[in-house]
Amino acid sequence: MESWKENRNVFWTFAAPGTFWLLAFFIIPLGFLFFMSFGEKAVIDGQVSITEIDISGTLSNYLRAFDPVFLKIIWKSIWVSALATALCLATAYPIAFGICFAPPKWKPLLLLLVILPFWINLLIRTYALIAVFRKQGYVNSVLGWVGLGPFDMLNNDFAVITGLVYVYMPFMVLPLYATIERLDRSFLEASLDLGASQFQTFMKVTVPLTMPGIISGIILVFIPCLGSFLTPDLLGGTDSQMIGNVIERQFKSANDWPFGAALSFLLMYATFGALALRWLFSRNSKGVDV
Amino acid sequence: MAAQLKPGQGPLDYGNRLWLKVLFAAIFFALYMPIITLVAFSFNTDKRGIVWRGFTLENYTKAWNNVSLQEALINSLVIALLATILATIIGTLVALLLWRFRFPMKGAYEGFMALPIVIPEICMGVALLMFFVNTGMMNAVVNLPWPLNLSNIVIAHVSFCFPFVAVVVRSRLVGFNRQLEEASKDLGASEWQTFWSIIVPYMKPGLIAGALLAFTLSLDDFVITFFTSGPETVTFPVKVYSLVRRGVSPEINAASTVLIVITVIATVIAMKLQAPEKSGKG
Amino acid sequence: MTEPIVSIRNVSKKFSGGVIAVDNISFDIDQNEFFALLGPSGCGKTTLLRMISGLETPTSGQIMIGGEDMALTPPNKRPTNMVFQSYAVFPHMTVEQNVAYGLKVTGVAPDEIKRLVAEGLEMVKLTHLAERRPDQMSGGQRQRVALARALVKRPKVLLLDEPLSALDAKLRDDMRMELTRLQETVGITFIIVTHDQDEALSMASRIAVMEKGAVQQIATPVELYEHPKNRFVADFIGKVNLIDATVTGQKGKAITCDAKGLGKVELTSASQVGSAIAIAVRPEKLKIGKTEPKSDRILKLQGKVRDVAYYGDTSHVVIEGKDGLDLSVNVQNESREGGSGVERGQKVWVHWAPEDSIVLTE
Repeated sequence: MESWKENRNVFWTFAAPGTFWLLAFFIIPLGFLFFMSFGEKAVIDGQVSITEIDISGTLSNYLRAFDPVFLKIIWKSIWVSALATALCLATAYPIAFGICFAPPKWKPLLLLLVILPFWINLLIRTYALIAVFRKQGYVNSVLGWVGLGPFDMLNNDFAVITGLVYVYMPFMVLPLYATIERLDRSFLEASLDLGASQFQTFMKVTVPLTMPGIISGIILVFIPCLGSFLTPDLLGGTDSQMIGNVIERQFKSANDWPFGAALSFLLMYATFGALALRWLFSRNSKGVDV
Repeated sequence: MAAQLKPGQGPLDYGNRLWLKVLFAAIFFALYMPIITLVAFSFNTDKRGIVWRGFTLENYTKAWNNVSLQEALINSLVIALLATILATIIGTLVALLLWRFRFPMKGAYEGFMALPIVIPEICMGVALLMFFVNTGMMNAVVNLPWPLNLSNIVIAHVSFCFPFVAVVVRSRLVGFNRQLEEASKDLGASEWQTFWSIIVPYMKPGLIAGALLAFTLSLDDFVITFFTSGPETVTFPVKVYSLVRRGVSPEINAASTVLIVITVIATVIAMKLQAPEKSGKG
Repeated sequence: MTEPIVSIRNVSKKFSGGVIAVDNISFDIDQNEFFALLGPSGCGKTTLLRMISGLETPTSGQIMIGGEDMALTPPNKRPTNMVFQSYAVFPHMTVEQNVAYGLKVTGVAPDEIKRLVAEGLEMVKLTHLAERRPDQMSGGQRQRVALARALVKRPKVLLLDEPLSALDAKLRDDMRMELTRLQETVGITFIIVTHDQDEALSMASRIAVMEKGAVQQIATPVELYEHPKNRFVADFIGKVNLIDATVTGQKGKAITCDAKGLGKVELTSASQVGSAIAIAVRPEKLKIGKTEPKSDRILKLQGKVRDVAYYGDTSHVVIEGKDGLDLSVNVQNESREGGSGVERGQKVWVHWAPEDSIVLTE
């Protein structure tokens, strides 16, 4: 690697377009959003304007987020995301583990099968779930044969959580696969050899040594779950809304941009918090690094 | 977990364990069943898509003749193409910059470059919406002729695609042996000649992978497009969204199947193009 | 005589790709032996060791440990413990936790664990590093942890998979002595896998030489070196000159044969007339002379020095004889100035006593 001073022309040729684009079409828009979050609707001639906004430096938008109505939604977003993440982990770990221990010729195919849905449009996958879960859907038909149901499986928290697990599972498999694959088999063999059962080996050796992958996976799934908008919008009912839906409403139907901006920033801070946690964990962990 | 072992089976041969095979089958079934039924029922004659009544291509002709759906698909493809070209160029330059140079605050710079990847899509969507509205770009593009009226969406897509391209290309560059570059210069090639004849060919698999990633990301994006598109400029996912809100119909199945086929083909091409290079590296 | 501690009966291992790693092997290992499995890489020695530990299961055959059939016993229930080639010291545990691991998972009482761990660390001289993490330790130290971890379990058999291969030369010598000392103190049967003949010869009480999944010879180090059973063993253990010959006459235990480059020679063997044999002779048993030796009893030939390689204490001389026969000779460099006393291109006589010749029929 050379210092930027050694070849300034080349340096600026490489640096300029990306830096410009990031500043102009990402950082500045975020700046707008940031200032907006301290604004309130302007009062013109004694009337609250619909379109004009004063950047008055008020903290009222942030305080409003802690209003019980919204606090409930924030809390719901967190537990729904946490539950979806836990379910992702529970299904993805055996999958990642199984792929790592599958015969070598099967590995690429199995991995492709896990990743392929990730390439299919999020909207289409969510739509496919609707078709399966609706009242006349296949799950209810199958349950009908054994004399159960039909159940309302759409427009509730169950649908949202299932949808999130369905959509974000591949994100969990990949980091897990990467760490388990790099886990030296002789650690597991040593544990068995020293008298530990398969279960003890899994809990005391496999899990601690693959912790970095587990944490990466949790963060990679939790962040998009927390910020999800489409899944709760299409699969959730009126009471299964998440922060994403509230933000969307502020910018579309409710037309309260300052409040939407404040919520967006709270969501971003939560994201950064999650990333910081990951960094902290990975620094202290003794497992296989990702 | 079985304590007893079959002859010839080791304690770590988990791949042969029945419980794992069953679990695999169950999870893959759950993962693919919805998509497979979606595709299958795009050929169904039944309007409500509940029972299989017979094979037909009628849903496809209906979807094809739906002018607004057609427009949306063309918009999506044009946006994806333009965004891919721009994102690939910008992303590659960023990758080259981070690979080749040391400079002050590099860590922070890299952190900023990763921001569009990590922040929630909806935050980016609303930020860009505000930006376009406040700078007047939202209204400015509305009256422009097609495809210039898609500029805002293209700009937004480039913003979230190019950092991904940078990551992919840079990971490819990491494996580059700097001595090849030195050898080229030693043999008399100029900086520029070396770049085109040594570095670019080496980067090619990364460029293709990055470009295809950008293409699928752009084609698939709903959330950011949802906020940055005007009422006149509808993309395919946005159109499908408005249809889905109205309920399940075989026409959506047909349109979705087309998009699935496009993305799966793009993915398979990307993997094929990368595969021989991988095995060559050993 | 006591019952063997490990008994391997008609054991074969075929991997899913069709590779036969171990092909119908049978032998016994006695109590308190320091037993080595020696062979080139891919000969099946590690697979055999792993089958004894239970980490692989035989495709057919039986493995008995302490008189019990192990077929249905998983590795965690076997009275064996292993020191892995990569040591496999758990990186997320301290030295103490590593050593305690095997005791903890089998439900040994905490006080007992404490005592045994202290004893184990003492044994490998690591008491002062008990709180360390493996990533702050050298390879040699990690190996000691692996040893202590296995020994505190008081196994009937300790298995060591290439234990010295990852250490540097100096450390390897120390560890070799350490292992011999430990085996004598703890009185546990050691089975060591190695591809290094020096390691096997210097440590083991008995060695099984393996090639292509089969045992070629099982014997003490001296016997292996001085009485190899076949060409492979003779060639694999130490350096050897192999001279092809055909038996032409036999009288009791004495044979006459026609050897390549040597002509007619008389030796002691029970071979049949007409059979092809090989005369093996170790380089250090050969002598070099400038003039023809007088005795008729000895084996001798004249040749030209093709190469002299100086090694400090010895010189390795290659002598080109008739019929394309090349002989390697080790010469002690006894005086400071003279070296080997021969130089390239010189005509010399090579001779050795017939009893230093090994007649190989296989």
